[in-house]
Amino acid sequence: MSDALIMAGRSLRLSARSPEALLTALMLPVMLMVVFVYLFGGAVNIGTAYVDYVAPGVLLLCAVTGAATTAVTVCQDMAGGIIDRFRSLDVSGTAVLAGHVTASLLRNFVSTLLVIAVAFGIGFRPHSSIGAFAAALAVLLLFVAAASWFAAAFGLLVRAPEAANSAMFFLMFFSYASSAFVPVRTMPAWLRGFASHQPATPVTETIRGLLLGHSAPLPLGSALAWCVGIGVVSMGLAAVLFRRRTA
Amino acid sequence: MTERGGFTRTGPGHVNLGQADPGAASPGQPKPELAIEASGLAKSYRDVRVLSGVDLRVPSGTVFALLGPNGAGKTTTVRILATLVQADAGRALVAGFDVRRNRSQVRRQISLTGQFAALDEVQTGTENLRMMGRLSGLSRTAARQRANELLGQFELTKAAGRRVATYSGGMRRRLDIAASLVARPSVIFLDEPSTGLDPQSRLAMWRVIEGLAESGVTIFLTTQYLEEAERLADRIAVLDAGQIIAEGTSAELKRKVAAQRLDLTGTSRAAFAELVRHLGDLVVHTDDGNLTVGVPTEGDAAGIRALLDAADPDRDLIADFTVHGATLDDVFLTLTGHPKETSNV
Repeated sequence: MSDALIMAGRSLRLSARSPEALLTALMLPVMLMVVFVYLFGGAVNIGTAYVDYVAPGVLLLCAVTGAATTAVTVCQDMAGGIIDRFRSLDVSGTAVLAGHVTASLLRNFVSTLLVIAVAFGIGFRPHSSIGAFAAALAVLLLFVAAASWFAAAFGLLVRAPEAANSAMFFLMFFSYASSAFVPVRTMPAWLRGFASHQPATPVTETIRGLLLGHSAPLPLGSALAWCVGIGVVSMGLAAVLFRRRTA
Repeated sequence: MTERGGFTRTGPGHVNLGQADPGAASPGQPKPELAIEASGLAKSYRDVRVLSGVDLRVPSGTVFALLGPNGAGKTTTVRILATLVQADAGRALVAGFDVRRNRSQVRRQISLTGQFAALDEVQTGTENLRMMGRLSGLSRTAARQRANELLGQFELTKAAGRRVATYSGGMRRRLDIAASLVARPSVIFLDEPSTGLDPQSRLAMWRVIEGLAESGVTIFLTTQYLEEAERLADRIAVLDAGQIIAEGTSAELKRKVAAQRLDLTGTSRAAFAELVRHLGDLVVHTDDGNLTVGVPTEGDAAGIRALLDAADPDRDLIADFTVHGATLDDVFLTLTGHPKETSNV
């Protein structure tokens, strides 16, 4: 446990000193928010203010891109000699990976706050209590943890950091083909089935519902189940892959 | 005159250069304290056999060099002994603990510095050392103290606050070794510690290793350079294609392998062929392109004169000659009868 905390401190220091990664983590959310609200927003008519609809979606998309960088950092570690040093210090693979995931959570916490601030700046007006707001944040961070573990496993699977980057596109695809940006009912019939039965949709709907104070029942159970499921499976997969990579 | 051969072959391709097999000590005698004891280590990756039955015995507090070309299995041997890789067969004790069953205990006693620097480029020297200190269980304060101590010891105090990315190759290697020493290991593994360093940094690295040796720890290093093994190690084992083909002190090794090589260049292709014919099985090196033929020698004037006379009795075949230190190729050719293989496994 204490090893994982030391590793998390290390990962945070590494990401704070990687200007490109930092820029991506902080600039991308702002740009995405602006792109969706001002460029696409005008053409999307869903009956309510689009900024209110899309802000939770952008939060999810940013969480996904942020979590995906875990694949790159894990992959970079595996490519160098430092894993051997950690192992010869008897630091477990789980501690190393948990460090990366914890750092990803903290990074994303910061960029989430930034996205929310930007959203406020361009007219996003949530109607929720402090409690619901905190709950929305908690669900989002749980999703980040699950996506980060998935990305960690992905980073162990591929050999080159460039390839690890493609974890982002894979994860982004799930956010686009969900209710994050447009309601599922506006999608072609063949896509609707997929869009409503994949993790990004219940997670977005839950966050959106909590932020906007929807009275309709939220798919909270399904969102939590997806996150915990993905997290646990990815964790197990990552442990196996780590052992195989270092055998 | 230099002689080739004269050593006993104790098994297929195995030349024993030591006086006595330590295993043959009389039953009542207490076993010498060994820091590393390995027998029959074997490892394959898919169909490629990397190690086939490696035996090693390294007394505590000594420096041991595993000498061999690229692809001989040096890194695999080190990684097995350092608990990072499991052998397919065989058994190894390091600091008295089984590398397979008592992995954690072994890890507490050892350190490994590999060919790739195990450092974070964007962390400073101090930060890297403190992190390793914290990971090896030191408190924050103790880790800071140990980091400063090591930075001083390895002459890195001035660069302590700089990111490792700005370090030279030699500094990086020194910091890497310093990082491996944070937890005060008793057995230190150094995998090709001087590979890729410029001559000056290599000398500095040798001094570092000699300093470590004086502190009484056991050092197990791998190298491709005969000169490095000779200078640093109490005992040397020669690894070729996954097998130990010779083992002994550097003096024992040198007695069997001539220290120098005399290279003769023929005046013509015909003269070159003639030289090769005259020297017969003394030849350890030929280079058709440059018409050069090499033979081992002690480097003394009388020996060289005798060789020149034997090769060129009528004094019209040799254009020029050079004498230089024996290379690993020469050692290998002498010990194995075939040139060293340089495949990368």
